[in-house]
Amino acid sequence: MGSGLEQLYQQVILDHARARYGSPLQDHTGEGTTGESHQLNPVCGDEITLRVGVRDGVVTALSWDGAGCAISMASASVLTELVQGLPRDEVISLVDSFREVLRSRGRIEADEEVLGDAAAFAGVSRYPARVKCAMLGWVALEESLLAANS
Amino acid sequence: MTVVAKPVTLTPDSAGTGADSAGAAMTDAEVHRIRNDFPILGTEVNGTRLVYLDSGATSQNPLSVLEAEQEFYEQRNAAVHRGAHALAVDATDAYEEARATVAGFIGARTDELVWTSNATEGINLVAYAMSNAALGRGGEAARRFSVGPGENIVVTEMEHHANLVPWQELAARTGAELRFVPIDDDGALRLESAAAVIDHGTRMVAFSHASNVLGTIAPVAELVGLAQEVGALTLLDACQSVPHLPVDVKALDVDFLVFSGHKMLGPTGIGALYGRAELLNAMPPFLTGGSMITTVTMERAEYLPAPNRFEAGTQRISQAIALGAAANYLRETGMERVEDWEMRLGERLVTGLDAIAGVRVLGPAAGLPRIGLAAFDVDGVHAHDVGQFLDDRGIAVRVGHHCAQPLHRRLGLTATTRASTYLYTTTDEVDTFLDAVARIRAFFGAR
Repeated sequence: MGSGLEQLYQQVILDHARARYGSPLQDHTGEGTTGESHQLNPVCGDEITLRVGVRDGVVTALSWDGAGCAISMASASVLTELVQGLPRDEVISLVDSFREVLRSRGRIEADEEVLGDAAAFAGVSRYPARVKCAMLGWVALEESLLAANS
Repeated sequence: MTVVAKPVTLTPDSAGTGADSAGAAMTDAEVHRIRNDFPILGTEVNGTRLVYLDSGATSQNPLSVLEAEQEFYEQRNAAVHRGAHALAVDATDAYEEARATVAGFIGARTDELVWTSNATEGINLVAYAMSNAALGRGGEAARRFSVGPGENIVVTEMEHHANLVPWQELAARTGAELRFVPIDDDGALRLESAAAVIDHGTRMVAFSHASNVLGTIAPVAELVGLAQEVGALTLLDACQSVPHLPVDVKALDVDFLVFSGHKMLGPTGIGALYGRAELLNAMPPFLTGGSMITTVTMERAEYLPAPNRFEAGTQRISQAIALGAAANYLRETGMERVEDWEMRLGERLVTGLDAIAGVRVLGPAAGLPRIGLAAFDVDGVHAHDVGQFLDDRGIAVRVGHHCAQPLHRRLGLTATTRASTYLYTTTDEVDTFLDAVARIRAFFGAR
């Protein structure tokens, strides 16, 4: 077996894929403003519905429902842990950093200080076919933040 | 291209691929010899030998096919059916000879075989010809292709999107209704429902010969019988049958049949539509332009008879010639023998997968007829992850909905993994694949 598989499916990813922090979807109407986004990858059928609550410019609540591969589900779980309690602007720049690493084809190293557990997804960047899986929840987060702002 | 001659030793156990060996069943020894004709099968993937189990999506090409295309460009390249120079004549001869070869391969007359880009284009050609007829194009002779409000088009619930979406569009353009023959929980067509779905308003019954997900063979005679009783046209999507088993369009008694070249050892960009001659010659064209006309004025045009009527513009010449070489390769190997070999591989796939805890195979149970193809679900592991695990071991399979979303939805799944064989697949490869699948749930910690 090539060593690539363990680089791709690191233990932290497999653990998150099973734990699915933030799932299932919750009602966040008690928060200041809420936003929701549904994302679908038509290639493999992976999908996610993600909801955020934002109060005083801070992401105070996040939950989601999804169906998909280990990469997509683990990625949504990781972001749930990472962004709660962070200012909205910081979350947006976090999404940008994550996207930059994933699109780099292995050229940009993930900064664990910034990305935490999400740094484990750096290995995905070497598998272009799987980048969309890892990005699914993050795109949903980005869009739900836009919706919460409008 | 440099052709490396390969020593071939014929033994009674591994009969040659000549037509004289038609009776003897294929063996692993013969398959290993066949593999020498396919350069790509010797390549390495991720540091291990490639195990290619995705021929249902696209097949690999033997040297004779690659050489036919190269030889055309090196020695005969010219536009066909025009020009008086020697190359043009040579190119036209080779192109039309390929048509005769491929037509003969499915038991059709040469003028009944229309080149298309692929099966999808063939289905769209018929669907657009029908809506052109509904608009009055083709006059009285084309009335039988017309479809409209109060009439219907029938497909099945297991269709590939290629044999569903074009009919949805035809229904939407013409106001006709799109109906489908449902399947049961095991994926079998509910024939008793077909008798109710197909009625006097039915203008077309379109269905797949062999399912690209379930591996089942459709009850063609029954469905064609129901269609003929009500005067409906029939179209068979033969993408998964023409490459893998003997197909005779006259015995099947269908009006139209489509298939793709790249699934039968040929190149991409070429496929064919078979149509009964009297139908093709009455049907209005789909794509129009050069090469399909007789007389053109500034106001109107007269069209050539079939098949040229449906081949507008410069055609896929080298691809057609290469597809002819592919059909010859298959004919020389013997389609009965290919079918027999692949059915045995299919049985081995299903029996092996059934024995793995947490694996559910779609379609017919072991022991029932199926082509060399098995789509399956691994409990607790998404198909994408299954495919990635197998790819790491050099095993190429298809993951996803296999262009059959309604079928997957009906079976309660969004994505599955599919292994599919061909005449170059060895039993060893099937066993390597099964051994890998048996390790997947443990790797992902599925409970």
